[in-house]
Amino acid sequence: MADQSTHTQADGAAGYWTANIRIITISLIIWALVSFGFGILLRPLLAGIGIGGTDLGFWFAQQGSILVFLALIFFYAWRMNKLDKEFGVEE
Amino acid sequence: MDQFTLNLLFVGASFALYIGIAVWARAGSTSEFYAAGRGVHPVTNGMATAADWMSAASFISMAGLIAFTGYDNSSFLMGWTGGYVLLALLLAPYLRKFGKFTVSEFIGDRFYSPTARLVAVICLLVASITYVIGQMQGVGIAFGRFLEIDAFWGLLLGSCVVFAYAVFGGMKGVTYTQVAQYCVLILAYTIPAVFISLQLTGTPIPALGLFSETLNADGTSSGVYLLTKLDQIVTDLGFSSYTEAHKDNLNMVLFTLSLMIGTAGLPHVIMRFFTVPRVSDARWSAGWTLVFIALLYLTAPAVGAMARLNISEMMWPNGVNGEAVSVETIETDARYDWMATWQKTGLLDWEDKNGDGKIQYYNDKSDAMAEKAAANGWEGNELTRFNRDILVLANPEIANLPGWVIGLVAAGGLAAALSTAAGLLLAISSAVSHDLLKGQLTPNMSEKSELLAARISMAAAIVVAVILGLNPPGFAAQTVALAFGLAAASIFPALMMGIFSKRVNNVGAVSGMLAGLIFTLVYIFLHKGWFFIPGTNSFVDSADGSLLGIQSTAIGAVGAVINFAVAYAVSMNTKETPQEIKDLVESVRVPAGAGAALDH
Repeated sequence: MADQSTHTQADGAAGYWTANIRIITISLIIWALVSFGFGILLRPLLAGIGIGGTDLGFWFAQQGSILVFLALIFFYAWRMNKLDKEFGVEE
Repeated sequence: MDQFTLNLLFVGASFALYIGIAVWARAGSTSEFYAAGRGVHPVTNGMATAADWMSAASFISMAGLIAFTGYDNSSFLMGWTGGYVLLALLLAPYLRKFGKFTVSEFIGDRFYSPTARLVAVICLLVASITYVIGQMQGVGIAFGRFLEIDAFWGLLLGSCVVFAYAVFGGMKGVTYTQVAQYCVLILAYTIPAVFISLQLTGTPIPALGLFSETLNADGTSSGVYLLTKLDQIVTDLGFSSYTEAHKDNLNMVLFTLSLMIGTAGLPHVIMRFFTVPRVSDARWSAGWTLVFIALLYLTAPAVGAMARLNISEMMWPNGVNGEAVSVETIETDARYDWMATWQKTGLLDWEDKNGDGKIQYYNDKSDAMAEKAAANGWEGNELTRFNRDILVLANPEIANLPGWVIGLVAAGGLAAALSTAAGLLLAISSAVSHDLLKGQLTPNMSEKSELLAARISMAAAIVVAVILGLNPPGFAAQTVALAFGLAAASIFPALMMGIFSKRVNNVGAVSGMLAGLIFTLVYIFLHKGWFFIPGTNSFVDSADGSLLGIQSTAIGAVGAVINFAVAYAVSMNTKETPQEIKDLVESVRVPAGAGAALDH
């Protein structure tokens, strides 16, 4: 019995970590896309989309990326707290 | 009431508030001194971390840098906020679960090596001390300007105030003091920005005003966007356009990345996440911190663009093709009083070179302007000096705002510099007393003598900072870049690998940190001069002249990559990590069981 429960727990921990890594990877792809992507490297591609006297890339570089960063952190906190409960590893 | 009395009143009242809070929340135990008993709410902690993070560089200097270069300096905005994503996703929750007090403690335990802990302590000390020197310099200048005293006395006075609450309060005192400082600095930053945005665009939110249409003199919309108008004026004066990119992508990406990684590797910021009650609070806390930082960072680009427009229009009141402002107007018109005030500091100056009684402000290095200048009899730019760091402090005066706003900005600038200095001092004192003395040299130290050692090392750090701040080595901006580069190249990779890899071992981590640190340091010295002594540099610090085509401010990101690569390569070829360390990593990865904070 004791062995079995340890085994299940170990499986749970591995599953929890895999799920966490997946959420982190997706979040960091978005993080890089809005800052290094839209804000710098892909800016010429977005040049056609105007916003308040300039183009979308300028907005992402000076404001948009910051707003996305905020959304990402709160999404991660919310999603991980849910994940903690799903795997029964919350405090 | 005159402006001097008003400044004194605002600065004095805000200081009385901070010191009062520090005395009220005096720390009793070591645990409270370093981590406020872990009883700080995420929102409170977020606000204090934001005050801790936003220094004289964010408050006083950043908008000025953006104002005079435009889009190219967006790196500061993305870099100093994007680091919080890395912190929240990759470090904060796990370090809180680990449950010790300092960053180097984690590195020492995870890599089961006193050497690793020692290397980490050295990195932290170098980064924090260089950073605090810059802050103390800022304190001195701001005190000097607003109290109208010599910068020397400003520095001494400021260091006494920092000493008072950091030494006697510890983290608990600092946490609540910093909440108060955040409130003062954010009001001081946004109130003038709201006024100016209303004047120029009729929009009360500066972040939206930046992308709005400007107003005509009669208050109707002109149909021309603020940024379009600004681009037009600055290019007409021969400067590079505000919204276009003029920097190569490689340097911009690496500089942004260095600032991001450096943010997530700075000890005084990471330490903040040890002070929340639970792991889930550490996740929320990073979000709240960024909310409070974003309030300033979303406003900063608007402050920069609007100030640039205001200054250009003041120098050319009849438009860029009309006549420039006359010397007589500058000397007699009350709207130009700020120029005389700032001229006294030596940071702003003008000279009527061609003797026509007018001050022509334009880019005399532009070929396109040479023809126009020759035709009009101009003999070079006559606004001979405009230090970018005065922009935010002078902004309310430039926009002709009421005296109380100017007093508030004075108090806000000092709050920004002082709060960061205090946080850094705390990181320094814990590195010395907790990691170096108790962790390595005298493990049997009592709690009382540890607390005493912490206070003595704070006092020593202040003395060092004051001495170096008195004779500024003249590289404040580079010093800050060095602090970020070092944190990025040494601390962040070690922390991240400690959590995300079980394979990286003691030898790997130490070699990685040393490789990242030494590479970054040598690269900076090669471009800035050895130990910053002028003339000893081998390469020019520009995108073209540098060794790898990378500027020294952007090299920290490369140092971090080297750290990761070396650590993995060495670990793969040395002994595997012991089982108990693998268990430690497993336990750090799940939040369950974090409730009780481990005391060593």
